[in-house]
Amino acid sequence: MTPVLELRGITKQFPGVLANDHIDLKLEQGEIHALLGENGAGKTTLMNILYGLYQPDEGDILVRGEKIEVHSPSDAIAAGVGMVHQHFMLIPVFTVTENVMLGAEVLRPGGFLDRQKAAARINEISEQYRLAVDPHSMIKDLPVGVQQRVEIIKLLYREADILIFDEPTAVLTPQEADELFKIMRSLTDQGKTIIFITHKLREVLAVADHITVIRRGTVIGTVVPAEADQSSLASMMVGREVDLELERSPLNADEVVLEVENLIMADDRHQVAVEGVSFEVRAGEILGIAGVQGNGQTELIEAVTGLRQPLGGIIRLLGQDIAGAPPRVVTELGSAHIPEDRQRDGLVLSFPVMDNLILAQYYLEPFAHGKVIDWQKALEVSDQLIEKFDIRTPNALTEVDSLSGGNQQKVIVARELSRPIKLLVASQPTRGLDVGSIEYIHRQILKGRDDGVAVLLASTELDEILQLSDRIAVMYRGRIVAVVPSKEATKENIGLLMAGVSPENILTGASDLPAS
Amino acid sequence: MHPTCQHLSGVSLDEKTSKKQDAGKIFLEEVTSPPPDQRGLKRFGRILLIPVLAVFTGLVIGGIFIALTSENIYEAFGRSFGAGLIEALQTVGEAYVALFTGAFGSPVRIITALQSGDGLEIRRAFNPILESLVTSTPYIFAGLSVALGFRAGVFNIGAEGQIFMGAAAATFAGYALKGLPGIIHIPLALLAGAVGGGIWGLIPGWLKAKTGGHEVINTIMMNYIAFRLSDWLLTGPMKRPDSFSPVSPMIEQSAMLPRFFDDPIRFHLGFFVALGVAWLVWWFMFKTTWGFELRTVGANPFASRYAGMNVARNTILAMTLAGALAGLAGANEVLGVNHYLAMAFSSGYGFDSIALALLGNSHPLGVVLASLLFGTLRNGATPMQVSLGIPNDIIMVLQAIILMFIAAPAIIRTIYRLKKPTKEQPVANFKM
Repeated sequence: MTPVLELRGITKQFPGVLANDHIDLKLEQGEIHALLGENGAGKTTLMNILYGLYQPDEGDILVRGEKIEVHSPSDAIAAGVGMVHQHFMLIPVFTVTENVMLGAEVLRPGGFLDRQKAAARINEISEQYRLAVDPHSMIKDLPVGVQQRVEIIKLLYREADILIFDEPTAVLTPQEADELFKIMRSLTDQGKTIIFITHKLREVLAVADHITVIRRGTVIGTVVPAEADQSSLASMMVGREVDLELERSPLNADEVVLEVENLIMADDRHQVAVEGVSFEVRAGEILGIAGVQGNGQTELIEAVTGLRQPLGGIIRLLGQDIAGAPPRVVTELGSAHIPEDRQRDGLVLSFPVMDNLILAQYYLEPFAHGKVIDWQKALEVSDQLIEKFDIRTPNALTEVDSLSGGNQQKVIVARELSRPIKLLVASQPTRGLDVGSIEYIHRQILKGRDDGVAVLLASTELDEILQLSDRIAVMYRGRIVAVVPSKEATKENIGLLMAGVSPENILTGASDLPAS
Repeated sequence: MHPTCQHLSGVSLDEKTSKKQDAGKIFLEEVTSPPPDQRGLKRFGRILLIPVLAVFTGLVIGGIFIALTSENIYEAFGRSFGAGLIEALQTVGEAYVALFTGAFGSPVRIITALQSGDGLEIRRAFNPILESLVTSTPYIFAGLSVALGFRAGVFNIGAEGQIFMGAAAATFAGYALKGLPGIIHIPLALLAGAVGGGIWGLIPGWLKAKTGGHEVINTIMMNYIAFRLSDWLLTGPMKRPDSFSPVSPMIEQSAMLPRFFDDPIRFHLGFFVALGVAWLVWWFMFKTTWGFELRTVGANPFASRYAGMNVARNTILAMTLAGALAGLAGANEVLGVNHYLAMAFSSGYGFDSIALALLGNSHPLGVVLASLLFGTLRNGATPMQVSLGIPNDIIMVLQAIILMFIAAPAIIRTIYRLKKPTKEQPVANFKM
């Protein structure tokens, strides 16, 4: 059978880097073909070539055996190739219908938009592919998962047969991601073909029919999920053995470092987000906070780091009450913080790596003498940290903005872990990062723990929580519903707790539960 | 289609970093974002490339306007197309020669003056270029004011009002204090100007920090208050007793910024004070922890809070310093040039300085260079009008065109087919 899409020997050279080196790729009709690779491996470049945003230096693109020239996205769409971008291309104040018809407007006589006709077509599409969307809602009122459906409908509306999904799960909650996988399957069942770009191993094993791994611009190989597992894929991606199982020394918990009692927090909309939470973290242990996004973890972390005023309760760091204290007081007591939104809170993107590395200590010796900053010293220390924490950057004066996500996170980790600390508060420390960086950051966190730092780790990635934590506190609707020692924790029981199932039903009679 | 799409994809990348930020924030980022990492001459060239091309393009388009507004040219075109073209080129050429000699002086006149050895004639010959520096001086102060604001994430639209308040305060210190030696009186009067402008910046800064009131609105309103307040001062408390016009008394001799030459050259110490202040601002912004905090708050207030900085305090500090710098512009004009306060004496230095800070990429050195350009253009415009009858307004059109190109570098890039400095490509190999 002729492949529905074939890429032959695609090569793209950027100044100083060969982004794609003779890449071959074949897609069968109706399959989900995963393109797996670390950030910067060349996946996105390849897809941009297919989508007409870049021109290849060499190589051919064949759709159903016929060679095509793609000079722009409109050529790609004409050939039936559509892309669901990682960052949605939607206008928030337009309705679903208006967004879908944008650029492919249906007109009534007299040049008026025929919204009804378009809406009817959208309804047809959403029924056919089980993409529940109300054509008349405003985009800004829709949850992210539904916005993504609108992006998919946009492509189906333009009758695309080959859909490229660029890191589609990066912005989704686990539930939304599962929903998306069902949609993808329903699309392929009806003859569409999907290219699924990701660096998440679990996802490709769950949904892909074929997995092509790309590393440094070349295809390393194509495998089927049945013959692969997470560590074999990870080694293909990274090019060396990756140890997904982390070695950890036995727990050696010491005195209490962080103590939270009856904490009450409000969120941005003045709704109670954290309702009477109490816990403690000891030196040398990792307390994981598990929970579905939006169950109060963000507010809890902000309270502990001084970024948000508590409504009530006590937070003691090394015996000192820090509830409501400004961030600097908390930091100076020996607290480090890897923030949830690294680009918003953790970094000044337009500043060089060096400035970001001294962001916590710029006003202290040796970086400042009085009020004058010693940039020479800052540069020396930065060079050392870049070396020690393996930050891949041309030099210390490069803007952080131009680094990859993993290296941006390493800048934060280097800054926070390189000073003498008693407490590390890490929130979503590996969200959106590639395997290599995740492995590295996990090791750094474990190293901190072994050095006697108390670690409070909040993550919505259950795997991460299970892998790193000594104890796991599960948050649901602003409360800690259970604290489970790691040896009793399983994916199943923590998952049920996260979903709001009462702990009595799980932890006491776990064996009686139906498998879910 | 191709470039448009590339642009679109670029927008989506930016969205990631600028979400939850208002349009003003994005604009500030665009304005203050440093160029890609390059060193030495290449970097310098890169920074200067767009402004230089913008100035050049502005002159070309300004020339078209000059041609369009000249009646002779229509007449000549009436005779024949060739004659019209020659006439047009000639008129524009003459205009720019007049602009040049008005700004820098006529080389011929300078040489003959030097040969004649006549002191007055030599001073007259050299006057234009020194007068350009005199005109540039308030621009430097006011440009620094806006640039410092930009770097700290605030739009200081209130430089004009701060100039008036600085001038009023300096004038008062200039005539009310008597019997002081110059070495004390001048710094004191300058300080009064800085304090006057500083208060006018502190108020909107405080309002922004404490109530969230937007500084753009508040500084504009503060401008109106300043204009009317200075009108009232000049008709009331600060009115010159023996005069019918609304002007202040002359300041004391001891408060006047010393001039370096005899009449008619007005070139005074203020220019060097401005250069010194520019250096001071640079040192403050880039070498001290205060400046680091200001720039961090300006670049990313969330990260600055995370890093333990006090966003509110820094906003107030930035607006106060910006006001003080603009106040110095006003003080400089009174103490160095006018020697008394009159109504509407500033004629838009404060507003031009917003554009000028943009042109100078909000960097003190850039501001100084941009100020020299603006001062020169403004100073050269008058002779162009006097000798050729080309309206002064052409210079404003010229400035406006240049600024449009600066504010929208994409136009210049398109005209000259320049590549946008990409962030990914130079370091792409490090992402692997």
